[in-house]
Amino acid sequence: MRKVAVIGVGQSRFGELWDRSFRDIMLEAGVEALEDAGLEGKEIDALFVGNMSAGRYIAQEHVATLIADYAGLAELNIPSVRVEAADASGGLAVRMAHLAVASGMHDIVIAAGVEKVTDAGELSMEIMSSSADMEWEGFVGATLSAIYAMMTKLHMKEFGTTEEDLAMVSVKNHRNAVNNPKAQFKSEISVDAVLNSPYVAEPLKLLDCAPISDGAACVVLASEEVAKQYTDTPVYIKSSAQASDYLALHSRKDLTTMQSVVTASRQAYKQAGVEARDIDVAELHDSFTIAEIMAYEDLGFIEKGKGAELIREGIVEMGGEIPVNPSGGLKACGHAVGATGVRQVAELVLQLRGGAGKRQVECETALALNIGGTGGTAVVTILGR
Amino acid sequence: MLPRFWRKIRYRYDLIGTRCNTCGRNYYPPRNFCPVCRRRSSIEEVQLSGYGTVLSYSIVHDTPVGLKMEKPYVVALIQLDEGPIITSQLACEPEEVHDGMRVKAVFRKYGEDGEDGIIYYGTKFIPAEEA
Repeated sequence: MRKVAVIGVGQSRFGELWDRSFRDIMLEAGVEALEDAGLEGKEIDALFVGNMSAGRYIAQEHVATLIADYAGLAELNIPSVRVEAADASGGLAVRMAHLAVASGMHDIVIAAGVEKVTDAGELSMEIMSSSADMEWEGFVGATLSAIYAMMTKLHMKEFGTTEEDLAMVSVKNHRNAVNNPKAQFKSEISVDAVLNSPYVAEPLKLLDCAPISDGAACVVLASEEVAKQYTDTPVYIKSSAQASDYLALHSRKDLTTMQSVVTASRQAYKQAGVEARDIDVAELHDSFTIAEIMAYEDLGFIEKGKGAELIREGIVEMGGEIPVNPSGGLKACGHAVGATGVRQVAELVLQLRGGAGKRQVECETALALNIGGTGGTAVVTILGR
Repeated sequence: MLPRFWRKIRYRYDLIGTRCNTCGRNYYPPRNFCPVCRRRSSIEEVQLSGYGTVLSYSIVHDTPVGLKMEKPYVVALIQLDEGPIITSQLACEPEEVHDGMRVKAVFRKYGEDGEDGIIYYGTKFIPAEEA
């Protein structure tokens, strides 16, 4: 397997982009990534697009070709592949692009992610919830937030995690987003504001949940040899791993552990030759605040059941031992479903280059965790200089 | 949506699960392929007793469009006495629910496909003492 570098990154603003279309936002992120890489366009061998549900959000399928077309790549007739794993679609697109370059099949490959969610209006929540088992969870009214709420209650009962702990995750991510010009919510919130926000699915409240967002992100991957022609300071993908689990929460052996996250992270650590304690900064999938706390544990940042200690003691804050979600995470940067996993990698590349501006973290090794649904898919990407 | 619902009626109405005779595991929702034994699976249907215990639950306020009239409703993870854990609704007041509560399956309406569409029925659970 060849070493693979990221030579360009780009992202659109995340948020309620009423005036922009699916194609507009994807192109915005793509152009930024190509400019960043110093590519003209004709050097690109292939395109992977992470997208969960354009068919239901905007009634448009065949989006890999649509994007190739609007990016001028259909002119070159390059292969373009859509990748879907619910809200892990973006992370998986990066992994597929990584494999395409690492294998020697291609030299320069684009991994993109895009979702236009707000056009679906009041249906957007249930489209997102179709990442759960629609016949046996969705049918009875178990929305994505309801399923995470049931995990939350078990985590609270078993390990003593509190609603204040959850609120602190949301507060931290909002505080971080203030310094991210692409973020949806660039405003601080208080623990009380989270605790007093209306219930979505008890005990989860509105401000425990990632918002509905439009957005796109794009990264350009190249083999080590090719990367050196474009940049003197490449960032490398040290490993990428993906794992699955039972789709429905009720089928899993342990209801407070995401086995997919445990498995994917251990594989990724091994391939990269690092351990959990070597990670300097992480972008984690906080679709719900409980997901970030469970991720601390399942990634091995701390032992099972003690995740809340990392937020209580400030270890995951900016300036702490392992800053988590310097971008603001899904909660405050925004969760444009299929774009999220690509955006996480783009953020970490900026961090590793030292180009993250006011939210810069001193780092050499970085980890992204992108989760599909309630943990049926986990994608872990480790990056380094 | 009609055939998709109709195919599962037998299992939704009567709480019929499946059992793998190779390993002895019971499944609900039913599986016709045992995920542990895979090709060595030997599957037959089993009628479940309908009794179980609430492991976790949530009172749902942000609902899908079709369930707006029902809100808030209670969704729970219920461990059936035969072993499987299922996701279902509790047909009782939110204040009545607690972890570890014994519950029993009952036949209830879940919703309808608009004014002219089919009505969806299935299993919900009520406190076992009331049964």
